Amino acid sequence: MRIGIITFPGSLDDVDAARAVRLAGGEPVALWHADHDLKDVDAVVLPGGFSYGDYLRAGAIAARAPLMQDVVTRARQGLPVLGICNGFQVLCESGLLPGALTRNSHLHFRNRDQVLRVERADTSWTSDYAPGQRIVVPVKNGEGRYVAADEDLDRLEAENRVVFRYVDGNPNGSLRDIAGVTSENGRVVGLMPHPEHAIEDLTGPSTDGLGFFTSVLSAAVAA
Amino acid sequence: MPRVVVDVVLKPEISDPQGQAVLGALGRLGHGGVRSVRQGKHFVLDVEGTPDEAELKQIAETLLANPVIEDVELHLPTD
Repeated sequence: MRIGIITFPGSLDDVDAARAVRLAGGEPVALWHADHDLKDVDAVVLPGGFSYGDYLRAGAIAARAPLMQDVVTRARQGLPVLGICNGFQVLCESGLLPGALTRNSHLHFRNRDQVLRVERADTSWTSDYAPGQRIVVPVKNGEGRYVAADEDLDRLEAENRVVFRYVDGNPNGSLRDIAGVTSENGRVVGLMPHPEHAIEDLTGPSTDGLGFFTSVLSAAVAA
Repeated sequence: MPRVVVDVVLKPEISDPQGQAVLGALGRLGHGGVRSVRQGKHFVLDVEGTPDEAELKQIAETLLANPVIEDVELHLPTD
């Protein structure tokens, strides 16, 4: 099972994402943003970081990278894609996911272990969780406030596309405590917190994040 | 060379914590008469030849602004 991890100029967590894929039993494949080559991967992870220094808007320039055109096309055909933090911002900027991420309401960078509630356990990236399960993963962002127009949020909720919500405190002022959302077909997921930093007891607050990377192994087999 | 200006500001319904922080500072500096601040971006583009309005509109609406959260105003040169 080959899981591609895209590196953009300014990506930081691509190595951690690759390690998470490996620990979950997948084969990480390094992808470069400027190539038009997805290297026959079965799924793609857009890692955290500060692509292009967050210039213009976080994720805006990376979303227009050559490889992202291929990701958008393939995602619409069912390729599982996970966007973590800056990767989530890229997915919103590319139009694969609805809404946008803006400056935290309190204007501070927030870095802490965060409790999330799993709202959807049937996406490509969350099938190894149980609905309603609480998981603890690190969150670290300055522009993580999820926003959309009220009617769009109503529609998202009606379509059951909120995958994660913040519990025990909202770290950035995200509307309706939304931490992550999914595409209509449940194969593209984006979230601000960092599951790839919660995969080993030595370095993370839990190993709760590993489930993302084991979930997609079965999703990719099923596809 | 013709100069095109693009102004981008968050939509009214999207809260602007940076603008609110500036407003707070103005109040502390004694400028209580300022009732609201919205912070935005100002782009200045020098364009070769006659500016193509359709192309510039596309640039403004698909890259310089995110239409999900921002309004954009395009100012073409008036000569």
